[in-house]
Amino acid sequence: MTITETSQTASDFPERGSGPLFDADEERRARRRRIEEIAKYVIPLAVMSLAVWGWDRLVVWNEIEPYILPRPGLVIATLVEDWGTLSQSLLVTLQITGLALAVAVIGGVGLAVLFSLSRFAEMSFSPFAVILQVTPIVSIAPLIFIYVENRLIGLLLCAWIVAFFPILANTALGLKSADHNLRDLFTIYRANRVQRLIYLQLPSSLPFFLSGLKIAGGLALIGAVVAEYVAGTGGIGSGLAFRILEAGYRLQIPRMFAALLLIAATGVIIYATTSLIAHLALRKWHESALKRE
Amino acid sequence: MEFGASARDIDGTGAKGARPTIMRMREIDKTFNGGVVALRRMSVEVREGDFISLLGPSGCGKSTALRLIAGLMPPTLGRIEWEGEASANDIGVVFQEPTLMPWATVEKNVYLPFRLRGESFASVRDRIHEALALVGLESFAKSYPRELSGGMKMRVSIARAMVTGPRLILMDEPFAALDEMTRQKLNDDLLALKARTGATVIFVTHSVFESVFLSDRILVMAARPGRVIEEIGVEEPYPRGLGWRTSKRYGEVARLTSDTLNSSLHPEGGLVA
Repeated sequence: MTITETSQTASDFPERGSGPLFDADEERRARRRRIEEIAKYVIPLAVMSLAVWGWDRLVVWNEIEPYILPRPGLVIATLVEDWGTLSQSLLVTLQITGLALAVAVIGGVGLAVLFSLSRFAEMSFSPFAVILQVTPIVSIAPLIFIYVENRLIGLLLCAWIVAFFPILANTALGLKSADHNLRDLFTIYRANRVQRLIYLQLPSSLPFFLSGLKIAGGLALIGAVVAEYVAGTGGIGSGLAFRILEAGYRLQIPRMFAALLLIAATGVIIYATTSLIAHLALRKWHESALKRE
Repeated sequence: MEFGASARDIDGTGAKGARPTIMRMREIDKTFNGGVVALRRMSVEVREGDFISLLGPSGCGKSTALRLIAGLMPPTLGRIEWEGEASANDIGVVFQEPTLMPWATVEKNVYLPFRLRGESFASVRDRIHEALALVGLESFAKSYPRELSGGMKMRVSIARAMVTGPRLILMDEPFAALDEMTRQKLNDDLLALKARTGATVIFVTHSVFESVFLSDRILVMAARPGRVIEEIGVEEPYPRGLGWRTSKRYGEVARLTSDTLNSSLHPEGGLVA
């Protein structure tokens, strides 16, 4: 690359050529960055649209009946048509997921703090936490619904069992991960247990807790849906999973898809929300939130 | 000036008996679990206004000595005695890393020693800002540590160690991880701070030049087992002017200190042929 070429490339882009040293290499990198910036949004949208279009064509070309595989348009139409019932169910599922997540945060962080304050508590209770975590919720849920009369509490319990472990495990690790020099400093300044916890361990564990929260958000939804499947029974306050079961029995396949769509959307929204919370909480100081220059 | 030591006799050349003793290490031994002798029979008397350097190769126990003084671990044998009002919790510490809390602003980091004593931020705000001004970082009070350079973070760490006006400041190779230019600048600043506040400092380093430049007493240490082999007096009063680094006296003491250090590294007299 000669010098003349360099200066010519720069002059092609006068609005970016404000700096005196602006060479072709830099320009190429800038252009690639702009393309990537646009592609970040365009590519996933395009591929998704293509997939939906392919689904639609598959149904039309093979003349598949709607009770076997509905066209995407029909799913949307059903969603709009049944919005009254489905939105009620969405609220129920959201309520259980949200409550379970909230209780998981309280229980997970509370247990993690307890573990960090007392080795004996950790030795005593961590086996229970691990057993609850490794046993599939589907196999525990039927028992829960035998012993727990209140359906809402049963559902909550199931969702909580799945959601609290990642919060507990991550927070417990975070509480132990404070910088060792800072810990020495707190010792030198004669910090007591509570001060150490509030001013050192909890802030240190925040990034760990938040990554646990992201996982737990998705798991709470899974827990809620699985519990609804197991609990079955309609009546008042039936969630989306029950709608899917019900529609399945009645061969209302478009409605199954509509409910599924809502569950997927809920999962995405939960993930986006927890990611946003993590970003807002860490953007000022944590490595994970920093843009590399 | 809030930094309590200002009224004390900070004249390094003054009769040693005139300045009160802060702390005595008496015949300190430290042996670690594996039987490694980290420190053998170390005795030091620290007087108000002293700037003592512990100089030696890795493994000579200089950091161990500092941790013992800080009360982070007990000695195996011997005693550390604090005089009068001074005690182990009236010290400031600067580590090799800045050791700041990344989630807190600069002023909240400097606030830490007060916060742990239960004092409200409002009641000590002026002292915090005064300490930050002393290290030239007043305009960065609201910044987060990640927005600062390595040298600036170290200054915050120094401000935090000094903010309460402690009787003794411990520094564990504070500038070892910085580049040579920053290090020299911070050494100049530390010397100016020392002259202004009269702080009492124990400074761990493995640099002969740093120890001569900053301190009035150099304890040269040797390894295996860690022990003090020589005490060298610099005998240059504070404040030390800009010409100190290039003065004849500085060169003489640096040479003497180097020779002492060499003899500890090569006790048989030079490199083995």
